[in-house]
Amino acid sequence: MNIKVNGKDMETSEVNLGGLLASLQIMPERVAVEVNLKIIRKADHHSYKLCEGDVIEIVNFVGGG
Amino acid sequence: MKNDNLVIRGIEFKSRFWIGTGKYKDFEETARVIEASGADVVTVAVRRVNITDRNSSNLLDFIDPRKYKILPNTAGCYNVEDALRYSRLAREAGVSDMIKLEVIGDERTLFPDTIGLLKATEVLAKEGFIVFPYTNDDPIMAKRLEDAGAAAVMPLGAPIGSGLGIRNPYNIKIILESARVPVIVDAGVGTASDAAIAMELGCDAVLINTAVAGAREPIMMAEAIKYAVWAGRLAFKAGRISKKLYATASSPIEGML
Repeated sequence: MNIKVNGKDMETSEVNLGGLLASLQIMPERVAVEVNLKIIRKADHHSYKLCEGDVIEIVNFVGGG
Repeated sequence: MKNDNLVIRGIEFKSRFWIGTGKYKDFEETARVIEASGADVVTVAVRRVNITDRNSSNLLDFIDPRKYKILPNTAGCYNVEDALRYSRLAREAGVSDMIKLEVIGDERTLFPDTIGLLKATEVLAKEGFIVFPYTNDDPIMAKRLEDAGAAAVMPLGAPIGSGLGIRNPYNIKIILESARVPVIVDAGVGTASDAAIAMELGCDAVLINTAVAGAREPIMMAEAIKYAVWAGRLAFKAGRISKKLYATASSPIEGML
C-alpha cells in the first residue's frame, strides 16, 4: 500500500505501525509517531493497522537551544 | 553553600546553568561541552527522524537521559497549534512532562508571540505539562504566564543568539520581585559576565546555547560560564552593597599624622 512517511511517498507491505518502524530500523523508545495528525502511543504501535494513504510523521530529539 | 539546589515542581536541579545542544560541530563536542558545563538540564529540539540514512547517530546516544534532564523545546513554532503539536510529540518521545515552550512571533527577532504563548501555556498546563515558557522581559506577561500555570518563567535577556547580554536588568528585577515561580533567563547571554549579572539580579538559573556553541573554544566557555553562574549566585546570596554617588573611605581617619 502507498503511505507517506516524513514527507516522502513510500510503498510498504507492513500491515501495522510497529512493523513499519521495524522495517525502517527505528527504535520506538526514542521517537514519537503521528498518523494523520494523531499521536499513536508506543504501546499501540503493533495493534495500529496501517491504511492506504496514511500520512505518518516520526520525530526524535536533535540538538537545539 | 550547602544544598542550594533549585527545585521546580518537586524536581531537583543540581546546576543553575542550563545548556542548549544546538549548533555544535558534532555530538562528541556536544557531550564534552555539557560535561564541562556541569549542567544537568539540556535542551533539545523535536525534528523528523532521518528515514533514508539509518546509520546516522542519535543525540541521545551521547547524552544519557538517565544522567541529564532532557528539556525539549518547541523552537520553530510560529502558532499555538504547532507549539501544542510539538509539545505532545516531545512528551511521547521523551521521558518527562517538561517542555520549553516557544511560540515565535517574528523570524528576524525571534521574539515570542506572547498572546499565543499564554494560550499554549494554559492548554499544556491543564494537560499536566511542566511548562517553561520563553517570554519577553515583560513583568505583566510573566505574571500572566504564572497565573496560567507555568512552572517557571523564562524571560529573554536579549534576542536569541544575539549575545547582547541582559538589556533590561530593571525589568528582570521587577519580574523577580513579583514572581512566585522561578525565573530563568533564556536567550541573549553573550559571555560569562552576562550570566553572572543574571544570577546577581537573583535569577534562579540561566539557559545558554549560542554563547557556548559559538565561542572559539566552546568547552572553555562552558567552564567559564559555570563559574560565572556560581559566582553570581554567591554574590546574590551574600547581598551586594548599595550604590552611592560619593566615596566612603575604607581606611580609618583615626591614627593619622
